Amino acid sequence: MSKLAHLRKYNAPAITRRGFMIGATSAGFTLAFVPAALLSTTPARAMAEDRFEPTVWYAIDPAGIITVNVAEAEMGQHVGTALARIVAEELEADWNDVRLNHVDSEARYGYRVTGGSWSVWQNFDLLSRAGAAGRQALVEEGAKLLGESANQCSASNSRVICGNKTISYGEIVSRGNITRSYSDEDLSAMPIKAPSQRKLIGNETRALDIPAKTRGETIYGIDATVEGMVYAKPMLPPTRYGSRITSIDDAGARSVNGYQQTLALEDPSNTVPGWALVIADSYHAALEASRKIRIQYDTGETANVSEADIRARAESLIASGNGSLVVDDPGVDDAFGTARKVFSQKYTTGTALHFQMEPVNALALQRNGMWELHTGNQWQSLAIPWYATALGVPEDKILMKTYHLGGGFGRRLNGDYGVPALLATKALGVPVKVVLDRSDDSRFDSPRSTSVQQLEAAIDKNGQITGMQHHAAAGWPTEAMAGFFLGTGLNGEKFDPFSINGANHWYTLGAHRVRAISNDLANKTFRPGWLRSVGPGWTNWASESFMDELAHELGIDPVQFRLNHLKPIGKNAGSEPNSIGGASRLANVLRRAVVKSGWGRPLPKDTGMGVATTFGQERDMPTWCACVARVNVNRKTGKIAVEKLTLVLDAGTIVHPDGALAQTEGAALWGLSLALHEGTEFKDGEVADRNLDTYTPLRMADVPDMDIELVESDYQAVGLGEPATTVVGPAIGNAIYNAVGLRLRHIPIRPDDILMALA
Amino acid sequence: MSIQFKINGRASTVDVPDDTPLLWVIRDELDLKGTKFGCGIGLCGACTVHVDGKAQRSCVMPVSAVADTSITTIEGLDHPLQDAWIAVQAPQCGYCQSGQIMQAASLLDANPNPTDQQITDQMNGNLCRCMAYKRIRQAIKLAASDLRGGDNE
Repeated sequence: MSKLAHLRKYNAPAITRRGFMIGATSAGFTLAFVPAALLSTTPARAMAEDRFEPTVWYAIDPAGIITVNVAEAEMGQHVGTALARIVAEELEADWNDVRLNHVDSEARYGYRVTGGSWSVWQNFDLLSRAGAAGRQALVEEGAKLLGESANQCSASNSRVICGNKTISYGEIVSRGNITRSYSDEDLSAMPIKAPSQRKLIGNETRALDIPAKTRGETIYGIDATVEGMVYAKPMLPPTRYGSRITSIDDAGARSVNGYQQTLALEDPSNTVPGWALVIADSYHAALEASRKIRIQYDTGETANVSEADIRARAESLIASGNGSLVVDDPGVDDAFGTARKVFSQKYTTGTALHFQMEPVNALALQRNGMWELHTGNQWQSLAIPWYATALGVPEDKILMKTYHLGGGFGRRLNGDYGVPALLATKALGVPVKVVLDRSDDSRFDSPRSTSVQQLEAAIDKNGQITGMQHHAAAGWPTEAMAGFFLGTGLNGEKFDPFSINGANHWYTLGAHRVRAISNDLANKTFRPGWLRSVGPGWTNWASESFMDELAHELGIDPVQFRLNHLKPIGKNAGSEPNSIGGASRLANVLRRAVVKSGWGRPLPKDTGMGVATTFGQERDMPTWCACVARVNVNRKTGKIAVEKLTLVLDAGTIVHPDGALAQTEGAALWGLSLALHEGTEFKDGEVADRNLDTYTPLRMADVPDMDIELVESDYQAVGLGEPATTVVGPAIGNAIYNAVGLRLRHIPIRPDDILMALA
Repeated sequence: MSIQFKINGRASTVDVPDDTPLLWVIRDELDLKGTKFGCGIGLCGACTVHVDGKAQRSCVMPVSAVADTSITTIEGLDHPLQDAWIAVQAPQCGYCQSGQIMQAASLLDANPNPTDQQITDQMNGNLCRCMAYKRIRQAIKLAASDLRGGDNE
């Protein structure tokens, strides 16, 4: 079962059946999926209940404006545009009539999460059928109004056409009645277009959210205000967990104009233990006052933990043999027991921050008997139970209002930042707007955990690889925040699927064993986070570096070596509908990237090319991707200049090509930034780098040439927000090896690492 | 204390402590939310506005420094860059884009024909976390070409 299906089964409202209804509302007609409980009611009644699942539905008003409501968080991926185009395609809508509306988090809209590059993959078929049902109803009603028979009519550009007569959707909605109910079976039988008939999907468009972003008109969470609110700046404890405030001295702050008080939070949900909030009339006053407040703590036990401690713990856990067996083919022990040689390497990755541009923030208030939280968030359904526990109220008393996200990247899957705002509102009885300043945001980010991985290959007497093992230890976000989502390994131990994805690769390399290990010291010291792509950010660094090392060990060209082992056989054959073709599609993008990059041509001194592949996040939803990086290494300064990235991706059907390209450009540069430019480490229990003076993501000056190709494909649409993130790092590492003969096994790679290795 | 300046062409008087960063005056006193808070130390560029035509980081500029100046924020900008930004579909999350556009506008107003290196030098202080840099550069070149009358240099 895919993890998403697992999630829905576990935590979503019980919906075993649903239907599609079209009902009149005050503003036209609404077209929506409704849960089984409403199937027996009239469409009008169902529309009045407003309980739609999945959480994308649409309405057509008498002016012909089609409003597509989406629950997915908009964080730069233009998700609304992609989802609306799927509906509009089958509805035969004129794209100029389509508008987007991002809805709030009410329980009746079902489970809410935006992440894992799932949005398009998860909704494609349902939305296509929703559009087709709407078109069918409009054609039937339009034909009636025109006095024609429906089977003589068709739809195009928001009009129904019967011979030389036509009528617009707006007119049909104003004059006619398109009320309908469709069962699951009706919907499944609804014909949807063959790829060659599509007009919108796969063709260029402009994202609907972009114009406002060029005029400063987009409203992000940080822009939310309400009459009578106060501002709050957190005072963070010395450790993420386990610290307790013993005294607060705010004497120095009392002279700050606008300072009100410092509020120590009592948090029954233990989301923000040891936090206090500086409350003031303005954010500036809260910042000023915060510099003059002294707080004493009983300090938590992780106050002295360093990055080296966390990695040492990982190594000892790997050595202990504990952990969860995620893959364990028969014959692994045999292969290793009889090997002529066991080739083994260790790879590590450092701590990385989300550093999304908009610091986390939330505005809480009480209105109409509800607790409202105004904030940008990616996983409302995860956070609402925390908020309910913190406030001691039922979950249905909490409403999250939706805002644009000033960057998600996984940070806002963890809605911890809503808790202090709600607690303060409860304590003070007024609306409270909490904004973390940049240093706070970094200190209590939920960072990407440092990782340690041990990879081993068994090589037999013929030089064949007969077995492979991958042991990976890191902090586990899913264990820290969403335990219900853990998987169960073959040995009965739990594992975080996000933190080991990628290790279960598509190469056929004999008997395969993958062991996932939770780093308990990491989990105690910080709240590990899902950062763009999550596990493959480290597992793919290890696997794809290791593939290169193995190739060199065996004296085979690294491209040829990969191709030799990318065979659509056995478990790598692929399956309907998501991974048809299996490993052969990965081989295909690899061949294409190699050809495009000019692989094998002579290069200047200290310049090299390196190759890597990835299948994205999940075997259940693979996005096939290959990258060739060309780098130059400066032996004097240690600086690595990435000159060019060539990427080829097969993500199945591309709904919004330019958006897909933009996502891939950004993801690839994230991969470059995480490989060479940014990273931090734990020092005395906290991240050492908290602002841009020392935390240094990629800037314009270091952007390489990028040649990106999206393979034309009619296969199942899959995700695109993340895959390129994890393929670039190992391609760079492998290129450095080919440029100057250095094998670096830790990212980020800094100039000093190069100089030290060259010395 | 009371400080006067012009913002987006209108006279404005605010009564806040002298050392209040201009950013918070713009966002919270004048309710112009298009200018963004990112790092608070002048290193990300999300808070960039024009003070007497020059791009400045409003998060590190005390309001006392803008007395009697003329300030332009993204809300007051009407520039070919904005069309170019749409044409190349530059923004992703969009949070940094007000600052990027303000920074780029001050470049093009002074130099309508910038080289790649001049674009990099001017824009390198503006972080885009979505890493839409390639399109930001493209948009600047497109707007520059429009400003020069549509030549295709």
